Amino acid sequence: MNVVATKHSLLPAEPEWPHESGFHILEHLSEPTHRNLEPVGPHYLAHARRKRHHRTFSEDDRIVAAQQAKNVEDADPGEISEPEDAMLLSRDPKDWKNQDHYAVLGISKYRWKATDEQIKRAHRKKVLKHHPDKKAAAGGVDDDNFFKCIQKAMEILTDPVKRRQYDSVDESADVEPPSRKSKAKNIYRLWNPVFDSEGRFSKKKPVPRFGDDKSTKAEVEEFYNFWYNFDSWRTFEYLDEDVPDDNENRDQKRHVERKNKAARAKRKTEDTARLRKVVDDALAMDVRLQKFRQEERLQKDAKKIAREAEEKRLAEEAKKKAEEDAKKKEEEEAALKASKADAKKVKEAAKNAAKKNKRVLRKSAEDANYFHADGAAPPDVITNVLADVELLITKLDNEELDVVAKKLAGLKVSDEIKAVLVDSIRGSVSKGSTADGDFKILLK
Amino acid sequence: MSDTEEPQQKTVIGIAFGNSNSSIAFTSPDGKAEVIANEEGDRQIPSVLSYVGDEEYHGAQAKSHLVRNPKTTVAYFRDFLGKSFADIDPTNAHSSAHPIQHDTGVAFSVEEKEGAEPSTLTVSEITTRHIKRLQESAADFLGKPIDGCVITVPTDFSDAQRRILSEASKACGLEVLQIIQEPVASLLAYTAREDTSHPADKTVLVLDIGGTRTDAAVIASRGGMFTLLATQHDYELGGRQFDDVLVDHFSKEFIKKHKTDPRENERSLAKLRLECEATKKTLSLSTSAQISIESLAGGFDFHSTVNRLRFDLLSKKLADQVVGLVESVVKKAGMDLSDINEVILAGGSSHIPKLASRIQQLFPSTTAVQAPATNPNALNPSELSARGAAIQASLIAEFEAEDIEQSTHPAVTVTPHLAKPIGVVIHSPEGDEGKAEDKVYVFLDAETAVPARRTATFVGTNVGGDVLIRIVEAKKESVDITPPKEVKEKVADEDDEDDDDDDEEEEDEKIIKRVTEVEKVIAEAVLKDVKKGQKVEVMLNVAGDLTLTLTARVVGGKGGVRGTVPGRA
Repeated sequence: MNVVATKHSLLPAEPEWPHESGFHILEHLSEPTHRNLEPVGPHYLAHARRKRHHRTFSEDDRIVAAQQAKNVEDADPGEISEPEDAMLLSRDPKDWKNQDHYAVLGISKYRWKATDEQIKRAHRKKVLKHHPDKKAAAGGVDDDNFFKCIQKAMEILTDPVKRRQYDSVDESADVEPPSRKSKAKNIYRLWNPVFDSEGRFSKKKPVPRFGDDKSTKAEVEEFYNFWYNFDSWRTFEYLDEDVPDDNENRDQKRHVERKNKAARAKRKTEDTARLRKVVDDALAMDVRLQKFRQEERLQKDAKKIAREAEEKRLAEEAKKKAEEDAKKKEEEEAALKASKADAKKVKEAAKNAAKKNKRVLRKSAEDANYFHADGAAPPDVITNVLADVELLITKLDNEELDVVAKKLAGLKVSDEIKAVLVDSIRGSVSKGSTADGDFKILLK
Repeated sequence: MSDTEEPQQKTVIGIAFGNSNSSIAFTSPDGKAEVIANEEGDRQIPSVLSYVGDEEYHGAQAKSHLVRNPKTTVAYFRDFLGKSFADIDPTNAHSSAHPIQHDTGVAFSVEEKEGAEPSTLTVSEITTRHIKRLQESAADFLGKPIDGCVITVPTDFSDAQRRILSEASKACGLEVLQIIQEPVASLLAYTAREDTSHPADKTVLVLDIGGTRTDAAVIASRGGMFTLLATQHDYELGGRQFDDVLVDHFSKEFIKKHKTDPRENERSLAKLRLECEATKKTLSLSTSAQISIESLAGGFDFHSTVNRLRFDLLSKKLADQVVGLVESVVKKAGMDLSDINEVILAGGSSHIPKLASRIQQLFPSTTAVQAPATNPNALNPSELSARGAAIQASLIAEFEAEDIEQSTHPAVTVTPHLAKPIGVVIHSPEGDEGKAEDKVYVFLDAETAVPARRTATFVGTNVGGDVLIRIVEAKKESVDITPPKEVKEKVADEDDEDDDDDDEEEEDEKIIKRVTEVEKVIAEAVLKDVKKGQKVEVMLNVAGDLTLTLTARVVGGKGGVRGTVPGRA
């Protein structure tokens, strides 16, 4: 916030402040005029931001300050140069092949990761410090050796082809792979930097990372797939023996060239083999693969167990069903038996009833003195009446017998008995089961 | 090797689309606006398109065709944009392709191809082609395609005209992020140059003397926010009229020698006018200039010289007109000339030294006049709008279209502005006891958009003890009662202060000079036990509903006093 420092002094207060609080209101502000602000400039944009988000000044200050603080953190640290040690300063510029160009420019912690912009800035910084004219002015020593080193480093690092050649053989950027015996708990911390550094030679970008124990199987497989099919741009021209450039000895020149070519090819093959071994080592040490296998096995086992459980369940179900069926059948049979017994009983009861009814009929005829008017009935009458009653009995079924027997029950007068019997005979005649003539007495 | 990609940034430019000349500017990564030269090296690219043979010429090349092929050369078309044929003033286009009536407004009938039927080109079409050329120049210069632009237009451009301009630009694939007003862009160009993140409050008059017209605007700049208070236009005053002065002058000279009037022949006139323009420009830089035209009229060559004094005398009437325009716009804003803290001269004709000195004479010496002739640090007046546009473009480059739309919506732009200055009564440093009570330190000047907040520190009291903070609404001093002597004294006093304290900010001097009187006391607060020499920090915050909040404390001390005056509503 902008604070204007003025030289003015404020009014002295009256000795007696008449109001209770330290602040006393007298008037309101005058009515404002409404005008159109020009939507232009950083301060307007800040105003618009406050107004649109309904922030007060202090809120907005805080939010903007927080954002700016974040930006500062994100930004590249401005100071990238490193001081050089005495060994570096005393280097012979002619021996540039063995010089660490990144260290000369003071960016050895960036190495192959250094951007062109960083290299440019670092170079500028070194030049400002080591320019021979400056040295001459300061100490009178006319030594521009280190300056030559700087220029050589710059020449190599700013030329994309030369920089690749140098990066190819820049062993300081290599990270030693952990030995097979190393029993570190965290193999990821050991291997990730190795592959990050090897990945710099990849033609394909992005390079998959070694990852950590949370990597999925697909990621890990992709990783090994990538590294077993690694496409490297690494070249070894930088280590070439100098080709004599005098025109006199052409054979010698060609010989050296051939030798260089062979050496390059050899180194390339060695490098490929080396990388392969590194990947093999990594694969051997990679506990994730074991984990994945185990998981797979577990998965398979789980499937098997599930299958077996399913089979067992099915078998149990079948058994249960069979038991239920058997039980049902048994019950049915029992029911059938019971009903049969009942029927027999009913039948017997009916038979008994019929017997009883027949007896009633016969008895009724006897009670009615065989329908003979007075005195003892002659035997032929008795025989005929009994024959008629027997006939009627045979012609009537059990129910009819029952009805007739009930009608007869309690009757003593012979005419009434006769009427009932005649009635039932007529009923059976009308049904057509007997003929009138069959009855000898009762119908007369 | 290092194929790490930079975060994709939008390439945006500012375009000053003028009736006579256009310019394009971009903002460099370190935040400085720079004007781009086109392929021919021109930073002021004539808004002219010419169709000769099968070729389309643009800029300076097209302008030179005004002499030979006036009928197929389209110039001065900007002000026709979006207007109906009945509303335009075709005077300026008299010596180029003539505007004709068209369904969409105004058009030009131009033979685009050799021997072909003349085709009808609407003003929008011409504008599209012109902007396309500007876009190409910018893309060539920056080496990457242009994603968007901010275009400046005069304040009297209607909404419809702005919309048509925006569409015309879109037609050639250049998205218009925002259309801003020329005087505001010029002011932004100057404000952005100041290093401070809190620009001083001031009232600025932007005088834009263009090729064919002159526009004046009074703008209140409060805490870096701009409010247009008044505008005034003169459509018959501009560089062209200054050219005509020279044309008349040289014609008379030519007649004297050769008995022929070059103004009678259109071609001779065009030739003479073109050369007079160049001579006029030279006169702004050196005290005398030559003119030489081969075969001007009647087969006679013409060579002559003119000095600046002669030119100033000849153009006195025009300078008077400019002064009149300035006076009228200040009056329209309801202000006095002494209320203007700064005058910004924009437009090509502002290079004329006499104009700048006339303006400087008009205003009190405390008013800064930003023109090359009066201030060696002044920006190039021709480039102001383009620079302002470029700055604005870089500010909103990362915004979404919706964000820009919302930020420029009237709901956000229309804001209550303070009717009267708000300040605190101070003890007069001169020790002039009689007037001491009347002095007001202005925190928030009139026309400050609210919500606004200002903070200042004061020397408590001379003796120590309780301090009274009296918040007042002030009224501006009347100029007549300020004797010139007092101004002088103050300047001297200020120099002393500067010696004492180098950190003194610019704001101080203006405030000291502005003697304002108490009109209405709003509130009083008392701050207890301020020891001698202790500083008191006072913050006034006026919210959007005119609620005034005072926060006062002793610097480095605890506690303090706080109070709120609620708004009326």
